[in-house]
Amino acid sequence: MFELSPQEIEAALLSLKIAGVATLAALPIAVMIGFALSRSFPGHGLLNAATHLPLVLPPVVTGYALLVLFGRHGPVGAFLAEHFGVVFAFRWTGAALAAATMSFPLLVRPIRLSFEAVDPRLPQVARSLGAGRLWSFLLVELPLALPGVFAGAALGFAKALGEFGATITFVSNIPGETRTIPAAIYSLIQSPDGDVGALRLALLATALAVAAVLLSEAMQRRAGRRA
Amino acid sequence: MIDVDVAWRRGAFALQAAFATKARALALYGPSGAGKSSLAMLVAGLLKPDRGRIALDGETLVDTARGIWLPPERRRVGVVFQDALLFPHLSVERNILFGRLFTPKAERRASLDAVIGPLGIGHLLDRRPGALSGGEKQRVGIARALMASPRLLILDEPTAALDAARRAEIMTLIETARDAFETPLLLVSHSPEEISRLAEEVVVVDKGAVIAQGPPSATLPGAARRIEGGRFQLASALYAQYKSYDPRYGVTRLAHPAGEILVAAHLPAARSPIRVEIKATDVVLARARPEGVSLRTALSATVAAIDENGGPLAFATLALPDGEKLFASITRLAVDEMGLRVGQEVFALVKSVALDEREM
Repeated sequence: MFELSPQEIEAALLSLKIAGVATLAALPIAVMIGFALSRSFPGHGLLNAATHLPLVLPPVVTGYALLVLFGRHGPVGAFLAEHFGVVFAFRWTGAALAAATMSFPLLVRPIRLSFEAVDPRLPQVARSLGAGRLWSFLLVELPLALPGVFAGAALGFAKALGEFGATITFVSNIPGETRTIPAAIYSLIQSPDGDVGALRLALLATALAVAAVLLSEAMQRRAGRRA
Repeated sequence: MIDVDVAWRRGAFALQAAFATKARALALYGPSGAGKSSLAMLVAGLLKPDRGRIALDGETLVDTARGIWLPPERRRVGVVFQDALLFPHLSVERNILFGRLFTPKAERRASLDAVIGPLGIGHLLDRRPGALSGGEKQRVGIARALMASPRLLILDEPTAALDAARRAEIMTLIETARDAFETPLLLVSHSPEEISRLAEEVVVVDKGAVIAQGPPSATLPGAARRIEGGRFQLASALYAQYKSYDPRYGVTRLAHPAGEILVAAHLPAARSPIRVEIKATDVVLARARPEGVSLRTALSATVAAIDENGGPLAFATLALPDGEKLFASITRLAVDEMGLRVGQEVFALVKSVALDEREM
């Protein structure tokens, strides 16, 4: 009963790949936004709201927005396809984009908190020692915020693994291309004899999510201890 | 050395200060919240003046009228904060070497060995800052600032977070560092004791403005009154020669041009000349050499100045035969009843038990 079928293994591996790529691609942007949100500047509220939007919008709306923007005929999608040969629509890359978008708020939050926990006088000391803004960021603030970056990555990865609504809206449910674990569970539930497979995949998804959250918590505790 | 004329405002606090000095060791003195730290941070470039200019050794660091702004990383002004602020993720060695990365090769005057030697931190290099004591952190903080070969070293209340024993130790180290590296100092402090020991000149700051400037012996007695507990910290330092040790009573006699100083401790002869620190509150003034009192140290002195402002306290500055200054804080009532005036010959009596070896 615990033996995964080839289709289920395919869905699991695809999920790991999509969530991994989504997290890695979103991480540098999340670090920049998390750092920016830890400061005060005009437009802070707007950026904060925009970052949290995927968390509060119905996933189907986010997926639809991605479809409109990044679809084959969407303004961004058409531009990227024409100039860089990057296509999102109905590809695993599109699933990664959807997962990255949906997990982004969860990725940013721990990063922002750990930047906020850095004593603001430490970069000042760095600058009085001759380090410019960029060096001060790279040598002092980023290393000190690193546990938060890892925590955000773990949490974002867990969320990306489970993403369903925006993904299925944007890139459908194509076996081997966009059928991730949640999409596979959904398909199995729809078929008359898929109950056991759905249960197996559900247990697998739960285990992966719990592991990622525990990892994230451990990292955050480390960050809290050092600050 | 420094030439400052700035205005800076944050909320209800307004700083408007101007001073210029050629002193190589300057102190900013004043009560908490007077704006002395803000003034130092403006010099370091960690705060930006609303308007005004600051020049260091003739180079303009900031001049709002001419649109000049040198960011802190290009000023080469080192800062040592009260709580050291070491980088917690780096080892002690990497903390110390941090500034060296950014110091132009031609300007690298300090070597690691030359810095860690006098500061006594060689054995700490592999440790993490979290594993250090307060005094050790502060020493590493000073080493880190010196390692960047700064043109000016700002010490912002460097001993405020330490206990008395550590404080004396750090002051000695700052003295050593000042002399070994010939780095000009800007000391921010509310401790007259610290200032009279480390600085050549004092700028007194109160309520965001400069109210006095001059050598510590002339400026501190009047200014000490502005600080809560200031009179308890006002102290003078005398240098005396070892004379003899009396093992029967366990006291050391020191020779000073103004008279014999008795210390209730065993001081080694080799340490001569010995620095004796006398708190202004431990000095009693007498018009004649008294008899039948327990005081054993009577120094002959001349009243050089009496500072009083209508409050209950007066500060007398006494000139000793060798030119050293001794402060005494007394009541204004005593000044009047004794008929104390400038130019008068007096005896300054010091309780021997108020002197101990730790203060020296």
